[in-house]
Amino acid sequence: MGTKINLWIILWGIVFLIFISLMTPVHAQQKTIILATTTSTQDSGLLDILIPIFEKKTGYFVKTIAVGSGQAMAMGQKGEADVLLVHSPEAEKKFIAEGYGINRRLIMHNGYIIVGPSEDPVKIKGVKSSSEAFKKIASMKALFMSRGDNSGTHSKEKGIWKAAGINPEGEKWYQQTGLGMGQTLNVAAEKKAYTLADRGTYLALRKNLNLDILVQGDAILLNIYHVIEVNPAKWPKVNAAGAKAFADFMVSKETQNIIKTFGVDKFGSPLFFPDAGKKEEELGK
Amino acid sequence: MDLILEGIKKAFWLLITFDPEVIKITLLSLQISGTATLVSLLIGISIGTAIALTQFPGRKIVVSLINTGMGLPPVVVGLFVTIFLWRNGPLGFLGVLYTPTAMILAQAVIATPIVMGITLAAIQQLPQKLRLQILALGATRLQMVWILIKEAKLPLLAAVMAGFGGVISEVGASIMVGGNIKGYSRVLTTATVMETSRGNFDIAIALGIILLMLAYFINLILTQVQQRERPR
Repeated sequence: MGTKINLWIILWGIVFLIFISLMTPVHAQQKTIILATTTSTQDSGLLDILIPIFEKKTGYFVKTIAVGSGQAMAMGQKGEADVLLVHSPEAEKKFIAEGYGINRRLIMHNGYIIVGPSEDPVKIKGVKSSSEAFKKIASMKALFMSRGDNSGTHSKEKGIWKAAGINPEGEKWYQQTGLGMGQTLNVAAEKKAYTLADRGTYLALRKNLNLDILVQGDAILLNIYHVIEVNPAKWPKVNAAGAKAFADFMVSKETQNIIKTFGVDKFGSPLFFPDAGKKEEELGK
Repeated sequence: MDLILEGIKKAFWLLITFDPEVIKITLLSLQISGTATLVSLLIGISIGTAIALTQFPGRKIVVSLINTGMGLPPVVVGLFVTIFLWRNGPLGFLGVLYTPTAMILAQAVIATPIVMGITLAAIQQLPQKLRLQILALGATRLQMVWILIKEAKLPLLAAVMAGFGGVISEVGASIMVGGNIKGYSRVLTTATVMETSRGNFDIAIALGIILLMLAYFINLILTQVQQRERPR
């Protein structure tokens, strides 16, 4: 009797599993797009708003893979993504020059900020130039948390160290988390360290952090997002039509208007500034 | 402390209001890990039993490999499954990367050695003479295997629990091969990681609590089955 009941339970388990697997929609290959993007667009919640609108409009199914900009471009290089939404201009230019991507178009920008504990032990608050602030941090050997993951933020941070003429690699006060922006901010808050962050992620996490914005507004701190279609000539399996549709959607007037007001209700100020059609050099002036 | 209370409150709120997003994530977790466990049971129990009942050269090496596999790091499995499933990888023609199918595959790879290892130990610890006795009573070889499996039911159900527990709580491979795509391949663990990095700690705690409850109920049912005939 006992075994019969057991078999019955197991059988029903199998039937139940088959039943719910039938409910999962199957998506045709040519109708799916793989979007490799930086974590900030997902963590800020922007893509949660934009993707459903795009899917409804075009019938495409978007697989959003949120990784650092560096990894997103590595995926593009191997033809494992169709379209990229990234914020690492120097690396992007190289990516285009090497023929891996086409139609790089400006989408939006916001600012990077240097954040640190509210006591600000090395007094960088209000310093106008971010490289000056970094020099101060280095000379006082104040703890600094780096992303260390080849993300857009990490390459920007390396650019600022270069501008300051300092090589912090291997220094005791310079630590790499290897984590995303949100987690790095949490580590910095716990360790009372300084770090470079994008404004969007910082604002989203601010309520749990004991970190203040110390330096902002410097021209080098501009954080610029581009959309890039992966070159189908290099990788025939890339969904070129879908990539183009997504890129066109990102620069469309409707999308740009959504970006303009995104986050205002929650944070009092927008997280991103739409820039479609502008030139990169015009930004921040 | 406030945060934890906040999270518990949120968890109950999400549960009693049947939040569609959370329900979907929970069902998907159950479906993916359940299917992966079933696959691993089919492969793990059959191969595990076969190895337990046969002698061949190099058997010790095979057994130690299986035992090592019981501790297979999920991220390593995730990495290799991703590389194999890439569009331009060896199994790219399947086109299943970033789908629930890929997650089932990766989780099955993680759970199979666990089930296999426990099966192997369970069948081997049955008394040698039992086998002879069954055969002497006129059973065929297949019937003997079936009786042995039934005899080892207690540890085998432990194998089910260990396998399922291993994959439902696993995040490294799931996020790599599934991509944490909203409404499609987002499961409880990957959603928890994402909500943590978004700073939504209350939702992250809520998802964690739901995951624990789910694991508890599944194990409760399995334990019921396992312990039913225990007192004798």
